[in-house]
Amino acid sequence: MTNELPPGLAIQKVDERIMTLNVGPQHPGSGHMRIIVQIDGDYIVACDPDPGYVHRGEEKMAEYRNYITNIPHLERPVIHDSCNVLYPYVLGVEELLGIEVPERAKYVRVICSELNRCIYIMYWLAIYGIFLGHSTMFMWPAGDRELLIDLMEKISGARVTHAHFVPGGVRNDLPPNFEEVCLRQVNYFEKRIKEYAAVFYDNPILISRTENTGVLSREDAIRLGTTGSVLRASGVDYDLRIKEPYDVYEELDVHSPVMKEGDSYARSKIPWLDMLESCNIIKQALQKMPKSGSVRVKLKPNPKGKGFDSVYKRVESGRGSLGCHIVSDGKVEPYRLKLSVGSFRNLIALPYLLKGEKLGNMPSVYWSLNYWPVEADR
Amino acid sequence: MSTDTKQVVTEEKPVEEKPAAKPAAKPAAKPAAKPAAKPVELPAFEKSISDKVVEKFGDKIQVEFVKENRVGIKVNREDVHDVAEFIRDGLNYDHVESVSGVDYPQDKEIEVVYHIGSYSDSSLAKQILVLATRAQREENPIPGKDATKLPTLRDIFYSVEFHEREVFEMFGVYFTGHPDNRRLLLPEDWADLPPLRKDFAIKGR
Repeated sequence: MTNELPPGLAIQKVDERIMTLNVGPQHPGSGHMRIIVQIDGDYIVACDPDPGYVHRGEEKMAEYRNYITNIPHLERPVIHDSCNVLYPYVLGVEELLGIEVPERAKYVRVICSELNRCIYIMYWLAIYGIFLGHSTMFMWPAGDRELLIDLMEKISGARVTHAHFVPGGVRNDLPPNFEEVCLRQVNYFEKRIKEYAAVFYDNPILISRTENTGVLSREDAIRLGTTGSVLRASGVDYDLRIKEPYDVYEELDVHSPVMKEGDSYARSKIPWLDMLESCNIIKQALQKMPKSGSVRVKLKPNPKGKGFDSVYKRVESGRGSLGCHIVSDGKVEPYRLKLSVGSFRNLIALPYLLKGEKLGNMPSVYWSLNYWPVEADR
Repeated sequence: MSTDTKQVVTEEKPVEEKPAAKPAAKPAAKPAAKPAAKPVELPAFEKSISDKVVEKFGDKIQVEFVKENRVGIKVNREDVHDVAEFIRDGLNYDHVESVSGVDYPQDKEIEVVYHIGSYSDSSLAKQILVLATRAQREENPIPGKDATKLPTLRDIFYSVEFHEREVFEMFGVYFTGHPDNRRLLLPEDWADLPPLRKDFAIKGR
């Protein structure tokens, strides 16, 4: 390791047909990461993803802050999906401290988490659209996303990075009249995203570009340990909201979309179907939610765990399972905090999928992984 | 090396015993919302998983905790490969969700924790098997060239590939047999201590 040149710069003896190409980190098509591809003519023969350009040391930072002051910075990896990033952490701390959360807070959390899932997926869809050269698919999601951002702003006061989940519940109760406004906006949102089918998902150009590219078989999806939309696009019916329901998901009727094809098209369609399902969940939660009651358990200042203990909690985020492993040593700060994020777990599929693919298909395969570089780096 | 681990195991016991004792008190207090007041004994299904591992490996392994949906197992580094193989073939677990390193400077060890789950076996969908093992810790680490080594599990669980690369750069634990031990997140010219070790202090704190 010491004398070797960095990957992508090392001089390799190669066939004169093979060319090494660095895609990124500045190239917008790669996000905040570098993909080193070796191409033979138009075909990719090898690919080496090189993340880490937006590594911020969230895990190290968490060891220096107490369980409450960890909240605002832990949601930074995915600011659009901040509620879902905090969710496993909050659940983990609640188990460590032995807190029981009020019923209404659980419903508020589910609503926030589903709203955030849609906000994230809309952002991802906008990027996916623009990198396939479909500018309508950039403008529409970016605009319709505002409906839900508006709702989150009403709940938490911030458009993104809400810091709304706290151990013991949520920071504030819903504003007055929220149920009505939420139902109206979500209904309109649902109507809008259904229109995307005509312009994007049934579009023959999209279908011809993404169908049968980057096919991930069911066995490989399991073997590589992928998660979320990538896994479900390959025919594995695994959604933590159903398989290991947290908070009140058990009481809601959740149907997670699954497709069998495993190609880029299926991977890009699953998140869209997810949004429709999220609208459904939000409406159910609004109906079943207790109309009043406390939303937060008051904690003692500087809460701490009881001696050496560790928890591993996971939730279904916009990009798949998101786990949080907290080791406590009985002090006010976590001894070690590890985020196991969906993006990082799905990254392993990239070299596998790009091999043998045309270079022109790289953006469609890469973005169909529902990959968020900042989250993967943490 | 063997005397070293033995000593640590005996040292660890009183500390590690606590989490094992905890679930007894916890289910009554915490998941009371789900099924009405759980009995005090350990959850049966999780117990059966840990019993299978104990039956196979006896005192080579230590059951750290049996909680709802989580089973914690601790093994010595010599046995981790065999135990992982049994977990895959005998217990139907098929992928690793997360690999975390935990630095214990007071024990002179670095723990590596694998969180193993299963997609293909629906009875295990809720379960996470927590497999922990410890590597020797060096005061002055030379990542990859000192005694901080563990056998890789990449030939058993393909999904650990990037996770183990991350543990290597962040803790300096070299995984022997891993085909690709390059850095992943850190800059290539990083010349400091592996940053998630406890002795790497962040500035201003």
